[in-house]
Amino acid sequence: MDFLRPASWEEALAAKAEHPTAVPIAGGTDVMVEINFDHRRPEYLLDLNRIGDLYEWEVGDDSVRLGASVPYTKIMEHLRAELPGLALASHTVASPQIRNRGGVGGNLGTASPAGDAHPALLAAGAEVEAASVRGTRLIPIDDFYTGVKRNALAPDELIRAIRIKKADGPQQYSKVGTRNAMVIAVCAFGLALHPGTRTVRTGIGSAAPTPVRARTAEDFLNAALDEGGFWDNGKIITPSVAKQFADLCAAACNPIDDIRGTANYRRHAVGVMARRTLTWTWESYRGTRRAACQNGGAA
Amino acid sequence: MRVNFTVNGRPQEADDVWEGESLLYVLRERLGLPGSKNACEQGECGSCTVRLDGVPVCSCLVAAGQVQDRDVVTVEGLADYAKQRDRVTSGGTALDEARQWAARGTDSQTGEGGELSPIQRAFIDAGAVQCGFCTPGLLVAADEMLERNPDPSDADIREALSGNLCRCTGYEKIMDAVRLAAARQGEEV
Repeated sequence: MDFLRPASWEEALAAKAEHPTAVPIAGGTDVMVEINFDHRRPEYLLDLNRIGDLYEWEVGDDSVRLGASVPYTKIMEHLRAELPGLALASHTVASPQIRNRGGVGGNLGTASPAGDAHPALLAAGAEVEAASVRGTRLIPIDDFYTGVKRNALAPDELIRAIRIKKADGPQQYSKVGTRNAMVIAVCAFGLALHPGTRTVRTGIGSAAPTPVRARTAEDFLNAALDEGGFWDNGKIITPSVAKQFADLCAAACNPIDDIRGTANYRRHAVGVMARRTLTWTWESYRGTRRAACQNGGAA
Repeated sequence: MRVNFTVNGRPQEADDVWEGESLLYVLRERLGLPGSKNACEQGECGSCTVRLDGVPVCSCLVAAGQVQDRDVVTVEGLADYAKQRDRVTSGGTALDEARQWAARGTDSQTGEGGELSPIQRAFIDAGAVQCGFCTPGLLVAADEMLERNPDPSDADIREALSGNLCRCTGYEKIMDAVRLAAARQGEEV
């Protein structure tokens, strides 16, 4: 095994081009487990810890450019307003020690269906900034996950950053596990309201071979909210609409039975989380609307 | 490969390090610092917790090569680290003196007859140590929390220690110990 220690991003890309089998290591919270247990003996480890750019983020007008190695702890501390769904998801990652090291770039690189960040990224809308010596391209998050622990990266590419749309409405994240820490998701659900475009987006984790959106459920809900004038009148979501949405989210799952839960349980739990997160976000949306109306009236 | 880094304030050099080796292995097997414990090797138990540039991490998940030129504090150096922090925060130490700091806790005999940090004292006084295997990781994690958050709620303590497993105590005495350390820390100010 060789340990490659590039001092700059350009050097890292050159090293990855020269050694496409090199395994990038940043926080190490996935890679080191595999090495410790002898599940993996990569020919080259490509250490990204010395590349400071990967630990920085920029808040733009519409989106946040999140460096691939920004640890979850920093996302929780500094990006809760811009990326509320991802901040909530980050808080459910393992333990403080792991959150101090792990980041979204590693989550995407591993591309486990159980990765905690994925449902939040799918719901918010994001693009993965993949770079190589050939150049940089933006991969829409919807096209990024290609199979169990497989992603759309080419062998010579590294993840430089993730561009995530800034929240324009309430977002929620929910995860099922046996305790509040150190838990790999039995299943997880992210939901984001986008009042600007009057759409709702979802993300389901650990209930299909890849993280997925519940597109049929989104289409149904978008139409129902539109027809009922909900975005304008701010009424509570009709229980039958919420139930239909939950059922469609459950139907979007393609889960397996495993030690953490059965397929049936996962489908059921995703439905429950879909209904709850929709209620939470919608109540929050109604609250901000009311507050805005009152402020407007007073002015 | 060779790795140069600082452990408990003292420069260290580890030779013939295998490229896939963890920081934990280097500390225990190459530098004679067995305080950090080796249990799960997958970041689940927290018994290998050390501070890397001040941040608590599982040393089993840090590749040895990643600590080149960086600064590590282990449980062996906790007493000196806490003492130094006290001096700096009370404003009683000149900068030059602070720069000269080097923890003496660099071998496995450190604990014997040595001074203890306030968090170590509190664990003993509260009876928070049973078999002792999880204790080093808990001490490092709890000490770091009290540095950040001198007046933690029970929820804060539980969250800060949520990555450290203890199979003996049922955690109640550990909670007592951290509350005790926080209270003593408050009295001093």
